[in-house]
Amino acid sequence: MKFRTLAAITAATLLAAPAFAQQITGAGATFPAPVYAKWGEAAKAAVGIELNYQAIGSGGGQNQIMNRTVDFGASDAPVDGPKLAETKLLQFPTVMGAVVPIVNIPGIAADQLKLTGDLVADIYAGKVTKWNDAKIAALNPGLTLPSLAIAPVYRADGSGTTYVFTSYLAAVSTEWKDKVGAATSVKWPAGNGAKGNDGVGATVKQVRGAIGYVENAYATQNKLTTTQLRNKAGAFVAPTLPAFTAAAESGDWKNAQNYAVNLIDTAGPTSWPIVSATFILLPKDPKDAGRSAAVMKFFDWAYTNGSKIAADLEYIPLPKTVQDAVRASWKSEIKG
Amino acid sequence: MSQTLAAPIARASTRKSSTSPGDRIFAAAAKSAGVFVLVLLGAIIVSLFIGGWPSFRAFGLRFLVDADWDPVQNTFGGAVPIYGTLITAVLAILMAVPLAFGIAFYLTELAPIWFRRPVGTAIELLAAVPSIIYGMWGFFMIVPFMASFVQPTAIDWLSDLPLVGFLFEGPPFGTGILTAALILAVMILPFIAATMRDVFLTVPPVFKESAYGLGCTTWEVMRSIVIPYTRTSVVGGIMLGLGRALGETMAVTFVIGNTNRLSTSLFGPGNTIASIVALEFPESQAGSLKLSSLLALGFILFVISFIVLAISRTLLRPGKTS
Repeated sequence: MKFRTLAAITAATLLAAPAFAQQITGAGATFPAPVYAKWGEAAKAAVGIELNYQAIGSGGGQNQIMNRTVDFGASDAPVDGPKLAETKLLQFPTVMGAVVPIVNIPGIAADQLKLTGDLVADIYAGKVTKWNDAKIAALNPGLTLPSLAIAPVYRADGSGTTYVFTSYLAAVSTEWKDKVGAATSVKWPAGNGAKGNDGVGATVKQVRGAIGYVENAYATQNKLTTTQLRNKAGAFVAPTLPAFTAAAESGDWKNAQNYAVNLIDTAGPTSWPIVSATFILLPKDPKDAGRSAAVMKFFDWAYTNGSKIAADLEYIPLPKTVQDAVRASWKSEIKG
Repeated sequence: MSQTLAAPIARASTRKSSTSPGDRIFAAAAKSAGVFVLVLLGAIIVSLFIGGWPSFRAFGLRFLVDADWDPVQNTFGGAVPIYGTLITAVLAILMAVPLAFGIAFYLTELAPIWFRRPVGTAIELLAAVPSIIYGMWGFFMIVPFMASFVQPTAIDWLSDLPLVGFLFEGPPFGTGILTAALILAVMILPFIAATMRDVFLTVPPVFKESAYGLGCTTWEVMRSIVIPYTRTSVVGGIMLGLGRALGETMAVTFVIGNTNRLSTSLFGPGNTIASIVALEFPESQAGSLKLSSLLALGFILFVISFIVLAISRTLLRPGKTS
């Protein structure tokens, strides 16, 4: 008897919750977590959908949505076509972000140092070991570079940021592509690892001569010393929002399979070379169509109203055409 | 240990089984609670082994000695984290034991009585500090100190020495194996010191008084009476500290440098089993060889810790101290 009452109360609580706000659960990438959190707050007030997002990492997000333990998964690295088909998932992008190199060299201010992708790959391969190396000096004739050992710092934990950064290195250096490759964690030939963006930022701040890479939002908030990079067009660009947007716009969205567009080292004359989209994975055959519809409603709201929130956090909103294409995919591919 | 415990229980249950059903039910419940621990332990070992099996099958015994950890090529070897785990734990013991001995010696023989209690309490409080605090303290205080003072000095003066020079090579990052061992030493110090103090206090006063009566100095009493009397328990306490050092995760992650390359230098970065599992686990796909390799590493750590703790339990068993 007691048990039955208890069960009734539990059921009542569970059923009562959606009456106030429709709950949706998601898990995955840490990179877009700040913007999803802000969108969640705003959407709860605007459309009555409460987002419960757990930033457990892209790999974890993929595992969870493939097991269908959450309503949607989130991943920085796009899942390849055959795997999406096999696991019956629809993949679509939400926002884009940039990864920026940060340095700690005495006497060098933000965006003064100019680097090329090749050089960054050589530094992380342990081949260029001093800041006054002839190759670096040749790119920076106006700067006095100290005879200081270069200390490369990377993300020790598996991360989407590492995936984006190593994708860039693999795109600009064939040697990096052959010897190391691109993944959420790789076999680093040189340097030290630190945990998370904050760990990399703090280590670079502490170690004289260090170079690291973090998400742009993190570098801006903590006023880290970023550098310029040479893009595909041969121009040196500083990591600024217009340069990121230029990269996003020069991406080949039309021909990208499953929206897995490559925004690394795009051809635009003012493009920042390390930009990437982050993705949502949604089941095409949802167990609970209502919750799946709520997920789509949430991101529909975010596309329309979330751009300012995203831009405030230094993320790059999706181009309008891509948003409309995603909306069309929802209609055609998700069983209601 | 389990046998000495189990025997009286068995006797008690046979004697009382004839009396009332309540007693029988209680005996069964108590027995199942005891068995539950064994089953749980076994289940953890078995599930870790099953999880790690694809990796053991793919790499064989080479997994233990191969230093190549490459998620892109899908080849995994556990040598770097296994080496890192053992070397940091051993170095930590080497640093902590003399200090712990000094503390215990001072507290039991030299310190004024009124002073013993506050210092003893402070040591016990040190054991209660969460490991993440040690990690943060290590990262923000010890790492800069190592990077700007200890390591540059050691590299300048010692790296050109014959035979041992290779231990002090490399750029002064501040992080690395020695820094990790230092943090671990501070973390395990209270365990070892508290055990030593407790076992030193078990020495019957009459032994010590006899020695003093023969004209021994305090140090002679310590060396010839207290240490021989408590030797096995002291070693047991050290093993207990070693067990903690082997499994420590967060504090080590902060300061070890997290690289999967073998480094002979004490200032070089490394990795430990606990640290690599914590860092790589979230980005490991279900069913992947990487996940299996991490579970295999977990199994190896379990076996190492199990051996260490088993030795410590055997040595700490009461009645073996004489």
